[in-house]
Amino acid sequence: MLSRESSATLLDAVTAFIYREARFQDEHQYEAWEALWTDDGVYWVPANGADIDPDKEMSIIYDNRSRIALRVRQLLTGKHFTQTPQSRLRRLVSNIELLDPQPGGDIAVGSNSMIFESSLRDDTIWAARNEYRLRHVDGELRMAYKKVILVNNEKALYTLSFLV
Amino acid sequence: MNVMPRASQWSELIRPDRVHGSLYSDPAIFEAELQNIWYRTWVYVGHESEVPNANDYVVKSIGPQSVIMTRDEQGKVNLLLNRCSHRGNQVCSYEKGNARSFTCPFHSWTFANDGRLVGYAFPDGYEGQDKSQLALGRVTRVESYRGFVFGSFAAEGPTLREHLGGAIETIDRLVRTSPEGEVEITAGFLKHRVKANWKFILENECDGYHPAFVHTSIFGVADSMIGKLYGGASTALTRDYGEGHTEIDLRPEFRKRDAPMSWFGTSAERLPDYTARMKAAYGEKEAREIMIDGVPHVMIFPNLFIAEIQMFVIQPLAVDDSVQHVTALQFKGAPDLNRRLRQQTMGSVGPAGFLLADDSEMYERCHRGVLARNPEWIFLGRGEKRERTDEAGFTVGHVTDEVPSRGIWRHYRKLMEAR
Repeated sequence: MLSRESSATLLDAVTAFIYREARFQDEHQYEAWEALWTDDGVYWVPANGADIDPDKEMSIIYDNRSRIALRVRQLLTGKHFTQTPQSRLRRLVSNIELLDPQPGGDIAVGSNSMIFESSLRDDTIWAARNEYRLRHVDGELRMAYKKVILVNNEKALYTLSFLV
Repeated sequence: MNVMPRASQWSELIRPDRVHGSLYSDPAIFEAELQNIWYRTWVYVGHESEVPNANDYVVKSIGPQSVIMTRDEQGKVNLLLNRCSHRGNQVCSYEKGNARSFTCPFHSWTFANDGRLVGYAFPDGYEGQDKSQLALGRVTRVESYRGFVFGSFAAEGPTLREHLGGAIETIDRLVRTSPEGEVEITAGFLKHRVKANWKFILENECDGYHPAFVHTSIFGVADSMIGKLYGGASTALTRDYGEGHTEIDLRPEFRKRDAPMSWFGTSAERLPDYTARMKAAYGEKEAREIMIDGVPHVMIFPNLFIAEIQMFVIQPLAVDDSVQHVTALQFKGAPDLNRRLRQQTMGSVGPAGFLLADDSEMYERCHRGVLARNPEWIFLGRGEKRERTDEAGFTVGHVTDEVPSRGIWRHYRKLMEAR
């Protein structure tokens, strides 16, 4: 159990990490974003609810670390036409909370986000619950797991080709 | 105001090598398509494996209409319209489940899962009323082929087998990928919405000209063998089966490779369990042939697309609003193959898919593009001079040729001219 002070310090560090991640995503800093991941990172955007089994049912994104790298490499080609031109993005992240610690010592964090996307198609608002597992690697926080539960993930969604 | 097109207009709008841009953007034409295509011809609705047990149901669609596919207590599959026969309220608000009956929340009318009205609240007000006249609406004709359930709102017309025509053989080929000869649709659907006309999707499914360009970003960074299949030197074919059904036949390329499971970018050695089961089911020689040829790439008009590893169902909602429902194909008795099919499908398709995000971007840009009216036409002449007839009598062309689009529009015109 963390003391109140160390808990507050940790929450500050986690909050700064999540804000930085949001900025990298909004500004298409793909390589900086990829560097936030641990070597065993899992990036999961479920479809049809929050609690499907991603090993049995289709998710919008269910990337292991090598597929995260592939996603970034595709964006970096400049020929991923759905992001050429890039969506213009700004997101608000709030309700950041430390959740119950994970068995392996990972820091569990919850947050909410709302994203405004302006693309060639139209302007689109996305809203999500985000669940992270963060870990200290060489003194820096890293993401080992990010689950993005889109509020409307049971409905038909427009293309989601920016980093959510 | 939009006026329903005259029958004679279709021959003006649809020429052998070009079609008019308004066919994709005119709301009156979309309404005419609902009447003459979606509410008349055979439309794919769902798969029997989605309702495996008595009383299972799943909500599907035909165009904008919500359709409940149920398996009743007798085991029969029904396609019921999700509309109370009283005042039109939707009787089912969940995507799937198990229910003997559906009770409308508005006035508590209750329908059995075969569509019969079994009761209403305060029945004394309906003295003498014949309940059998107030059943749920249903899709007039329901037929299935190898588990694929189709519906037609036309009381008369071609049978499903007649509609599938030459393309029926692609479904036979598809199910043989399973050692038990059955496809299962069990992995759940991604629903990808595009602000574009449904026919951009329909035509793109067997367009072998675009992959080298639209998908260059992923072919360039992934170890994909797909790119070469669609190159200028490819021996793969486009085929028009008639009745609007079209195919990209990749078998010539896979047969040149002569390596089982190469169609899926893997090898028999990496799928030992599947390979053993296939040999046991079909014998060494036939199993090898099936595993070399792979799963077809076929667009069953108007809405069922089998794309090697996944299945798409196209749903038009409005002239510029469409949904692609997509899931991984799963083959009965092939758990190790199925796991990889799910992983590959998730990477490739849906709103964040490496391939479909770019395809969908093209649909939307095309839709905005055709609003410009000069030139008025979409030009579909590629390969017209070099198309030929195969042994079975179907028109085939180079994999990059527009044989499929021309076939689709020929059939479309026939349907739209019918009265």
